[in-house]
Amino acid sequence: MKNDRKIKHHLSEDLLMRYSNGTLCEAFSLAVATHISMCDDCRAALESYEAVGGALLDVSEPEEMSDDSFESVMALIEKEPAQTSQVTVRRESDIPSALSDYIGGSLKDVKWRPIGLGVKQSLLKTSGNSTARLLYIPAGTAVPHHSHNGNELTLVLKGAFEDEVSRFGPGDVEMADEDLDHQPIAVEGEDCICLAVTDAPLKFQTLVHKLVQPFLKI
Amino acid sequence: MLKLFDDIENPYSPSGDRSGSISMHSTGMGQRILSDNKGHDWEELLLMVSNDKDRVAFRQLFNHFAPRIKSFLMKAGADPTMAEECSQEAMATVWNKAHLFDPARASASTWIFTIARNKRIDAIRKIRRPEPDELTWPDEIEPAQEDALELKQQSEILADAIQNLPEKQRQLVEKAFFKELSHSEIALETGLPLGTIKSRIRLALERLRHAMG
Repeated sequence: MKNDRKIKHHLSEDLLMRYSNGTLCEAFSLAVATHISMCDDCRAALESYEAVGGALLDVSEPEEMSDDSFESVMALIEKEPAQTSQVTVRRESDIPSALSDYIGGSLKDVKWRPIGLGVKQSLLKTSGNSTARLLYIPAGTAVPHHSHNGNELTLVLKGAFEDEVSRFGPGDVEMADEDLDHQPIAVEGEDCICLAVTDAPLKFQTLVHKLVQPFLKI
Repeated sequence: MLKLFDDIENPYSPSGDRSGSISMHSTGMGQRILSDNKGHDWEELLLMVSNDKDRVAFRQLFNHFAPRIKSFLMKAGADPTMAEECSQEAMATVWNKAHLFDPARASASTWIFTIARNKRIDAIRKIRRPEPDELTWPDEIEPAQEDALELKQQSEILADAIQNLPEKQRQLVEKAFFKELSHSEIALETGLPLGTIKSRIRLALERLRHAMG
């Protein structure tokens, strides 16, 4: 998927580092891989983190291997036939393959479920406590006001939305944490589709929360 | 504000035509001497594995990297048996996928690091790792060799920069990178305030990135 528009909102350093060192959970990794497929800046940043990993590996203190270790590796190699260059067949898709693998196709194949006010969602199956979902927000429609228990990452795939922070178009990432209480509205003209990843359930505002929140901000 | 890597600068002229097998080595005294990186050219050895299935070359790669992959996996939380086994599997992957190694895109240690990292995800964390789409490159107009040389030099500068960090800072970067620790957990381990850690790591990484051009 080639993105001609200049991406303005990028992945955080923390996410890039954790994706590069293999500590990020699957749902957030999906969002990172999808964004990087659309964003050369973040791809370059990821590669520099991987270079740091390589350099750290190179200069790290070795652990002693067992005596027959090399022979075991050669035996493993004998067992598995050497791979030749794999030609991976890529589906023609309007979205990066990392994401289409989870959908099993392109955006038109998504099985949407309505969640009210014309907004639809589709949960993607990932392991761990984080949740990945696709959101479909009709042009001009607002997603209900909500805050978060944890972190929420929203990556725009199509269309655009605006909230209290900024305007987000295709490829842009918005990171929201507990402190952000926002109401994204899909921009007029085109329906907006996003990948939203949360590491705790979204918290739609309850009365109790409304009462408590002003005090939390002092 | 802490300063990392202030003494690191690229000693090569942009038009430098130095042999790829020589690396810059800076001593603790700030003097620079040229060394041959202990006589090893990991990229060359990987290409020998890729092109000729060269077992002698592979043995040298194994001797250097397998114990370090094991060490990485143990820092990532694997027990010694698991780390040994995964390190062996990672080295088998190095052999099997050597044909995919492109010295114009990554140094040997970076490429091997990504294999070790993926092993950590598959075998230890047992989760799936979504991968970005591969970049499709326009038909090469033969810049590959120059790119490979430049990348190799940058990687050596980076490794030297890390090796020459004061011990505590090197440990901090290593912890941040290899262990599954959040910044606040690192604060607990090192006793440093969170703000200091965040700015140190950020600064270290910015400088490393700068060193990478």
